[in-house]
Amino acid sequence: MGVHRRSLILSSLAIWSDMFNGLPWSPCVPVEKKTSVNEGGAQLKASIGPAGECILVLAGRLDAYTVGPLWPRAGRMLQDHADTPVRVDLAAVDYCDGAGVALLLDLLRQTRAPGAEVTLVNVPTKVAQLLEPFDASALASPSRTRRPPGLGRRLGDGVHDLGRDLYNHVVFVGEAAAALAHGLAHPSRVRWKDALRIAQEAGVNALPIVALIAFLMGVILAFQSAVAMKQFGAEIFVANLVALSLFRELGPLMTAILLAGRSASAFAAEIGTMKVNEELNALTTMGLDPVRFLVVTRVMAAVIIAPLLTIFADLVGLMGGAMVMMTFDVPLVAFMNQVSHAVSPGDFLGGLFKATVFGLVIAGVGCLRGLETRTGASAVGISTTRAVVSAIILIVVLDGLFAVIFFHLGI
Amino acid sequence: MHSDSQSPPPIIQVRDLTLGFGGTPLLEHLSFDIAPGEIFVILGGSGCGKSTLLKHMIGLYEPMAGEVVIGGEVFTGTEGQARRDILRRFGVMYQMGALFGSMTLLENVRLPLEEFTGLPDEAMDLVARLKLQLVGLAGFEQHMPAEISGGMQKRAAIARAMALDPDILFLDEPSAGLDPITSAELDQLILRLSRILGITFVVVTHELPSIFTIADRVIMLDKETRGILAQGDPAHLRDHSEHPWVRRFFNREATEAS
Ligand SMILES: Nc1ncnc2c1ncn2[C@@H]1O[C@H](COP(=O)(O)OP(=O)(O)OP(=O)(O)O)[C@@H](O)[C@H]1O
Ligand SMILES: [Mg+2]
Repeated sequence: MGVHRRSLILSSLAIWSDMFNGLPWSPCVPVEKKTSVNEGGAQLKASIGPAGECILVLAGRLDAYTVGPLWPRAGRMLQDHADTPVRVDLAAVDYCDGAGVALLLDLLRQTRAPGAEVTLVNVPTKVAQLLEPFDASALASPSRTRRPPGLGRRLGDGVHDLGRDLYNHVVFVGEAAAALAHGLAHPSRVRWKDALRIAQEAGVNALPIVALIAFLMGVILAFQSAVAMKQFGAEIFVANLVALSLFRELGPLMTAILLAGRSASAFAAEIGTMKVNEELNALTTMGLDPVRFLVVTRVMAAVIIAPLLTIFADLVGLMGGAMVMMTFDVPLVAFMNQVSHAVSPGDFLGGLFKATVFGLVIAGVGCLRGLETRTGASAVGISTTRAVVSAIILIVVLDGLFAVIFFHLGI
Repeated sequence: MHSDSQSPPPIIQVRDLTLGFGGTPLLEHLSFDIAPGEIFVILGGSGCGKSTLLKHMIGLYEPMAGEVVIGGEVFTGTEGQARRDILRRFGVMYQMGALFGSMTLLENVRLPLEEFTGLPDEAMDLVARLKLQLVGLAGFEQHMPAEISGGMQKRAAIARAMALDPDILFLDEPSAGLDPITSAELDQLILRLSRILGITFVVVTHELPSIFTIADRVIMLDKETRGILAQGDPAHLRDHSEHPWVRRFFNREATEAS
């Protein structure tokens, strides 16, 4: 009754759509209605068989490229005939791959009313072989998806991870300090060759980028302030401004940030890759402590090069400032004279002290993140990112602390 | 297997070892002895914990219970100089070689010598070159690990593991990923080292030809019972084991899909 009315409406719709599309309508086939989809090499036709069952005819190539568009239509056709048995006729299928098999299994696994099952008929041997290993009924329920843990669980996990991280960091700082002290007490036991190689990589090779940034900083600082100072005829004091900002703040800070970007990441990647390759395990079973072996050399190298790079950055920055001032008709001698009056040894040494501490922190954080690497190649990438981000955050926080401390010490 | 009174004391003893991750045991109550000079092979299905057992035996992981004894000294939980002394008694070849990528082969083999011996420079060079020669890598001293093939990397790793003339070598899947001929060459190397230097080998491997060539004794671990399924001579187990799974393993038969 209801079924009949619906199929009547459907068939009239189908006729209408067929006429609209100008598709061929063959009266010699004994069917009441017919819909047809033709996608690439695959065809899907639906018709009503003599016993009132629905016949879906699949034909042509069923592969990953052709079944996509057929899929939703086949599903809709099944729904449209929810109460009648459906026979899927595969006689004219001449090629079927994994995607075609998936389509067939999708049709078979639908939950249907009793007496309205989906069956495959005229299955070519090839297709039957492909279908053989699979069990459609086992696929009926959707595959289990990983439920994201609840808020409480995530919060707990987060706190637990934070606690463990904090513990690991304290342990690391302790171990590194002990190893450093040991290295200083027994300098012959430090692998200076490695330290030198690292110092060259992190220091000498960083000279061009440090020079570029420091020079630009000197130029920008001088130019920006000179334009304003010129109105008061006080261009000469630009030298004070450039020199003090460079020596006290920008020199150490920019050097540290460049070092974090170049070397904290390099340390983390190097040690992380060693961990992934089991080289750290190899060190451990050789009786060598990875902290002493890898961290001490890197920290020593960084502690040596950070202040040296800072001195270099200070000087190049000053050169940039001097060049700008020359265009404002301040001679080089006057500029240098002004600088030497403006900068006290305290300013200079304070900056170098900061740079040394930054170097220590950068190398330490880089190595720590490297040692924390878990397994897999993507883990190295994560460690590298974490190294740079943590190093920069620590540098900025420390710089703030130094500003307060230096202020109270009157440096 | 009962050891009679004449046989020398075992060089490695695993006593009632329970190991696992995050509180869930992977293997429970393992006990076995390894005699000096023996080539001892650890077998088992994928994921049953062979590599994990090896890492416990070399002290990289702490067991949940039980202990590992090496050369009569308890290794598990030992710290400081006593631990370093035990570490000196064995070398490890890791699955991927784990050579230090920033050092040449010679420097790799030299490293343990530099760290633990007071040999003069040339002497260390000579010792390292001899070790490389022993594994058939003479002439490759100045190559970086990335510049040699996987099989050569494994041999170089064996050379490094032998730098300090250990009594025991642990090998994790020495022939995995090698062609049959290279793999057979590695087997011959192991036999040669065992014969001329009397080194005890503990090997994790899946390769049947390798097992039948080198193994004096095997233990087969089992995921289900979390214990030792069988142990003994591989040829004997292949023909006479009461466990169908063990016989199938040695005869390379697939399990019927259930
Ligand atoms: N670091 C780890 N943390 C947690 N689980 C681990 C860890 N390492 C290994 N496992 C688990 O322990 C089990 C045994 O791993 P193991 O690597 O020892 O297997 P295996 O017997 O060596 O297998 P294969 O022959 O495939 O190498 C695996 O189920 C694995 O998931
Ligand atoms: Mg393994």
